[in-house]
Amino acid sequence: MILVYMECRDGKIKKSSLEVLSEAKRRGEEMSMEASAVLVGHGVDALAPEAFRYGASKVFILDNTLLSRYSPSGHAQALVSLTEEIKPEIFLFAATSMGKDLSPRLAARLGVSLAPDCIQTANKDGKLEVKRPIFAGKAFASFTFKTSPQMATLRPNVFPLIEPVDSQGETIKKEVVIREDQVKDKVAEVVKAEGADLDVTEADIIVTGGRGMKGPENFDLLRELTAILPHSALGASRSAVDAEWIDHQHQVGQTGKTVSPSLYMAFGVSGAIQHLAGMSSSKFIVAVNKDPDAPIFKVADFGIVGDLFQVIPPLKEELKKILSE
Amino acid sequence: MFVKRVPDTESKIKINHETNSINEEGLNFVLSPYDEYAVEEALQIKEAKGGQVTVFSVGSEETKTILKKCLAMGADEAVLINDDEGETFDGLRTAKIIAKVLKTKYTEFDLLLFGKQSVGADNAIVPSMVAAILDLPQVTVVTKLELEGNTGSAHREIEGAGEKVIFSLPAVISAQKGLNEPRYETLKGIMAAKRKEIPVVTLAELGFQSEELEVKIELTKMESPPAREAGKIIEDEPGEAAKKLAEFLRQDVKVI
Repeated sequence: MILVYMECRDGKIKKSSLEVLSEAKRRGEEMSMEASAVLVGHGVDALAPEAFRYGASKVFILDNTLLSRYSPSGHAQALVSLTEEIKPEIFLFAATSMGKDLSPRLAARLGVSLAPDCIQTANKDGKLEVKRPIFAGKAFASFTFKTSPQMATLRPNVFPLIEPVDSQGETIKKEVVIREDQVKDKVAEVVKAEGADLDVTEADIIVTGGRGMKGPENFDLLRELTAILPHSALGASRSAVDAEWIDHQHQVGQTGKTVSPSLYMAFGVSGAIQHLAGMSSSKFIVAVNKDPDAPIFKVADFGIVGDLFQVIPPLKEELKKILSE
Repeated sequence: MFVKRVPDTESKIKINHETNSINEEGLNFVLSPYDEYAVEEALQIKEAKGGQVTVFSVGSEETKTILKKCLAMGADEAVLINDDEGETFDGLRTAKIIAKVLKTKYTEFDLLLFGKQSVGADNAIVPSMVAAILDLPQVTVVTKLELEGNTGSAHREIEGAGEKVIFSLPAVISAQKGLNEPRYETLKGIMAAKRKEIPVVTLAELGFQSEELEVKIELTKMESPPAREAGKIIEDEPGEAAKKLAEFLRQDVKVI
């Protein structure tokens, strides 16, 4: 069995978890393993049908009031007993903040290692092989596992969703044996960041500003572009972050986030090696920069040598025109 | 405090395909950038509340250079856990070694601080694994940390938001950029660090059975990222360029 952890936020299963489930379904068919899902929390059983629609043949429910808020120690505790009981060959998570926090805790409890942030999976003689970027994307490494379950987290936005089907499966509720003192790290509150609805790691389109933006106020130009472009997020280069023009959570690159969107638009970004490492696996790259020798042009599919302040206004109009057609 | 020696972020990474490893020749090794935030946080906590900052690193003899840097920044003590295995990508193996040191040799601590990930292996899994083995609370990717007596609260970054997590001490914290502004070493600090001995703990004295430290994740291939083909670069006047770009987004990228 390939088991997939379903991350729930705001009463919904996250898209990145459904992507992992879709990949589990595809790989499972090849490896003759069923894909199943596990939901952890309180009152989460209503979400099971969504997991069935994306390929789960079984959905395990770990429901307990102590798990109503995310806690890495509490959630890992609940998952340890389930994993030891049903013994999945493969256990996958989305490489989200929650997945990256929880999966290593669980792996260590199970005595297995873990490959994080994978961008490809393969069937290698009935075993899972995963490929992942290292050095923020300056190199790729592939791994197989010597222990079971084979555990990995998969990068959001890389694995396509399967076409959802109206399918029913088996919902299995498991009793969760957990004490209050086993929930050691509790989320007391979730603080929404200002004006940042979509994270760069989850966006289809990233609109990034670099030193060429000249100041924090000019990032509004890019925000206007993200308002027009569907499923897009605002990114930033390290120099823009270090100048305190924009918060670090937007930073793309080796000391920021490594991303693989469908479209990466870089405005006033020169393309330092650390930045290129973090975004070179984007499907399409667009760059606007005054300097024709900027390294960013070496990776761009489409580049404009010019002043971004003169290019963005007409670009906005053109995009609006196309979208209204 | 736990730190790692890594190639600096300026490095071009070359792969030795025969050994399936990074070609280390000519690389400049430094203290992993996220570890600097962890060191700084430890020093600030010490300055505010007292206590002692001990820095550990699992690695080869060369790792002493980054431990010296931590001493020069102000850490009281640095310990090398000698392991000549090199990069294994096996986070559990490293976590087991660290946990064993804390269970057998340095058993008194209030807080275990890590960088959120090493730059290079990019695993970001060792802190959670150490917390799991030692059965401690964990908060990873922390941008704000507050301690009060025996409890703490930490702010961690999540997608488009933040989480405030509460926990009791001792606990494991991993530091994200934004937590603080790491200090530079002072000349006085560097001189003092030179005089300090760095004790070495060997894996043998930790009492590991050889199979306990076998690498459980097998590297099957290392490769360079696919080279991107040069695209189209235009120098048209802005209005015309914008029009062509919009057309490119519609026709080729198909995002609109």
